[in-house]
Amino acid sequence: MNLSPRSDVDQIEAGRPLTRKDALFLFQNAELTTLGRLADGIRRRLHPEDLVTFVVDRNVNYTNVCVSRCRFCAFYRDQGAPDAYVLTMEEILRKVGELADQGGTQLLMQGGLHPGLGIEYFEDLFSEIKVHYPGIHIHSLSPAEVRHIADVSGITVAGALRRLHRAGLDSLPGGGAEILVDRMRNEISPRKIGWKGWSEVMLEAARQGLRTTATMMFGCGERPEDIVEHLFRVREIQNDGGSFTAFIPWSYQPGNTELGGTAATGVEYLKILALSRMVLDNITNIQASWVTQGAKLAQAALFFGANDMGGTMLEENVVAAAGCTFRMSRKEMVEIIEAAGFCAAQRTTAYNLVEHQ
Amino acid sequence: MSSLSSIREKIQGGERLNDADALRLFASRNLAEIGELAAVANEHRNGRRVFFNVNRHINYTNICVNRCRFCAFRRDEGEQGSYLLGMAEIRSLAEEAWRLGATEIHMVGGLHPSLPFEAYQEMLRTVKSVSPRLHLKAFTAVEIDHMASVSGLSPQEVFQGLRDAGLDSMPGGGAEIFAPSVRTHLCGDKITGRRWLEIMEIAHGYGLRSNATMLYGHRESHADRVDHLSRLRDLQDRTGGFQAFVALPFQPGNTSLKREGIRETGGVDDLKTIAIARLYLDNFTHIKAYWVMLGERIAQVALTFGANDLDGTVVEEKIGHEAGANSPRGMGRDSILRLIRTAGREPVERDSFYNEVRRP
Repeated sequence: MNLSPRSDVDQIEAGRPLTRKDALFLFQNAELTTLGRLADGIRRRLHPEDLVTFVVDRNVNYTNVCVSRCRFCAFYRDQGAPDAYVLTMEEILRKVGELADQGGTQLLMQGGLHPGLGIEYFEDLFSEIKVHYPGIHIHSLSPAEVRHIADVSGITVAGALRRLHRAGLDSLPGGGAEILVDRMRNEISPRKIGWKGWSEVMLEAARQGLRTTATMMFGCGERPEDIVEHLFRVREIQNDGGSFTAFIPWSYQPGNTELGGTAATGVEYLKILALSRMVLDNITNIQASWVTQGAKLAQAALFFGANDMGGTMLEENVVAAAGCTFRMSRKEMVEIIEAAGFCAAQRTTAYNLVEHQ
Repeated sequence: MSSLSSIREKIQGGERLNDADALRLFASRNLAEIGELAAVANEHRNGRRVFFNVNRHINYTNICVNRCRFCAFRRDEGEQGSYLLGMAEIRSLAEEAWRLGATEIHMVGGLHPSLPFEAYQEMLRTVKSVSPRLHLKAFTAVEIDHMASVSGLSPQEVFQGLRDAGLDSMPGGGAEIFAPSVRTHLCGDKITGRRWLEIMEIAHGYGLRSNATMLYGHRESHADRVDHLSRLRDLQDRTGGFQAFVALPFQPGNTSLKREGIRETGGVDDLKTIAIARLYLDNFTHIKAYWVMLGERIAQVALTFGANDLDGTVVEEKIGHEAGANSPRGMGRDSILRLIRTAGREPVERDSFYNEVRRP
């Protein structure tokens, strides 16, 4: 009747912070349900009110043109490709308008690394959005895009962030983290910024008072050690002054990509989710990824460390391009959360609750 | 430490859970802990091995005189889309399965109003003529009762005739939920729970082994689920004839229950139900995570919640898919192996009696 590794599990249950060695040991040896029990205990300690939150948001991908050409991506196009696009200001404003009409609060705008889009394009875009929709929170541009925009315009990352912030940018999403180990990045996204570059943008954003999030994309051939390293790097960035409100692990979707392969399974996802909750004791929120895992598994994830269901995503294009097309309405979101015995609440990007009449 | 410690002690001491224990588990929110207990209970019986088989489903007809509210598969005779497979079709499906390495044919269908008993025997002989080594797991207790009433034979005579024609074992369908109040609403035309159990007892007495199922996630209460499990456990105590228990989540697509507002079950309920079944049904060796109804992801996670069987390759599933199941219609051997291995378990191909199948 040994739920091995007993002594480690007992110590961790008693609140000892995890080391890299502990995390690797647990990841490779502990039963999924044991990890889940430990992660759920931490989730209850951090969120004793049994509230599960979500945001009403829309992903708008302003362009699919990207010079990065990551091997795991099914969304990007080369400039001049027949289906390459850049959205016009009118199209973007119309999409944001639809979001506002449906009670949405968060605009997640991300795109490819377009060689011709400099800082002015984004300044115009953000200030125009704020003029028309001052209540919409602009949660946009991952670190790779910020770095790219700075390079295109010949300015520093700090300078770019200052100008974007002034134009209306409210916070930075944690996309493009993939696995924060350069050996892996060289294999799957050799032209994208390295892990230090990602970290620098996030720390600079935090210094300027911008909230950020962190993600991990797993299931593309990384080793267990890489996953553990990623989690500890995120924890260390947060300790060094990071402003991560949430951590969001999700699995690589292999459809239509150069990298190919098969998607990580549900057990692998829940294990990584639980381990994330255990390692990241300095990040308040862990999001379940219904977009990559489906509603059933995302609901189960609420007992494996997650306390937030992410966004309803009125629009999502990037994961859908890789053949993964789960959909979720606001009503369904609330039903799933409540059926698991939690109270459901719509939140803002800053994790304040949205009052409903 | 937790509210489940008395249940944990019972499990560790090999003591049987009572109905109140099962109800407490259903009310508990310690999902992972319930799973952990069930995984331990399973590991005691079955170690790290998880079974699967290479099988094919054949649904010989969708014509059915019953009108169960949870069913999207049935048609009236003569209705557009209704069908009854001829012997040539059954033969070619069985041949295809045999070529693909199947060891089992799972054959069930609707309650056809007029099919003579000989037709069922002929179906069995047709499959067996492809290869006597194809195991025939066919006809639910509901179909057996229907054959008896159409032909005027006793259930014993029906079993005798079917065994002579090649029947090897029975699936566990048609149990739905035994509680009369819910069952009457759900499937008032169907045989009662009592009759289902009676037919199974006769089958077991006849030396036929079967599975047992429970359809959940519609209008039943937790008490109804525990009542269902309790009746199965009682019968198993008497006969020992059940091989595996299969919890089937209701699939709402295209059914009249959906129009009543019943939604798809949540992953939490699916996992909890499987784990509780493992803990409560201490006289069942095997708990199946039927991926067709659960979806591949939850079915795989269920392997860490006490299930030790992932069912089979299936090839062409119709009944759940008519009701909107969004799993694939069949699964390849490689996918099954990968799901079991990444759940940290050892895959073992089984035959229909849970003997290991070794392939060259």
